[in-house]
Amino acid sequence: MTLRKYLVLLAVVVFGSIGDAFLARGMKTAGSIDVHHLTHVFTALASPWIIIGIFCLLAFMSSYMTALSFADLTFVLPATAIGYVFMALLSRFWLHEHVSPQRWAGIVLITVGVGIVAGGPSRTEHPSKIDPSAEVSANAAGDRP
Amino acid sequence: MRNLYTWLCIFTTVCAAAAGDVLIALAMRRIGDLGEFRHKHGFLAVIARVLSSGALFGGIFFMAMAFFSNLIGLSWADLSLMGPASAALTFVTNALGAKFFLHENVDRRRWFATIFVCCGVLLLTRS
Repeated sequence: MTLRKYLVLLAVVVFGSIGDAFLARGMKTAGSIDVHHLTHVFTALASPWIIIGIFCLLAFMSSYMTALSFADLTFVLPATAIGYVFMALLSRFWLHEHVSPQRWAGIVLITVGVGIVAGGPSRTEHPSKIDPSAEVSANAAGDRP
Repeated sequence: MRNLYTWLCIFTTVCAAAAGDVLIALAMRRIGDLGEFRHKHGFLAVIARVLSSGALFGGIFFMAMAFFSNLIGLSWADLSLMGPASAALTFVTNALGAKFFLHENVDRRRWFATIFVCCGVLLLTRS
């Protein structure tokens, strides 16, 4: 894993968290959607909070796709879960919210989970990905008396 | 009744997000490392390569479904319920999808990581 790849994972974390927060803010101002009028969800798209949230999620999407191009899904998802920890730490030290012991336990579990997956390989190598020409020449070399 | 609708939204979000994640991961695996591809062929070639993938559009369709389901759910329930509940369940469904559809090597280390993160997210929600 190079620095560039860690920065891509960081972008996934940052844009995903900020995007979700903007969407939540927008939906609170848009009000509750009636079950029988689900199409009213489209009117919420006019909210500036929702628009900013969508732009953040587009940035999230492009960094997420880049991350999936060099790492497994089961590596990227737990590795980017560190975003929940950042959110909780921000709420404690920046917004001065109370963080309960249960929440600290959650933060520790997520950090341990991220540490476990980050210590392993980021990509599963499939046999089909191995260069066939190299394999043929290796076999040919093995066949020689 | 609203509680039922909220959990229905969470269920839809989880299933659609897992399907979307698996399809997008499949598309990006077929394309290969975007960084290397950009160095060799340039930025426009990367966009053309990405946009030519059918699996990617399938993934985006399911992600859009998850997005609107999440949006509707957020209008009924707090982010502190919708976000972590759907995220925690998505971790497990994605691990299963990655194992059985993408044939990723979901070894003991990754299962432990998934379970730790899942439990951590649930603890964050319930406190």
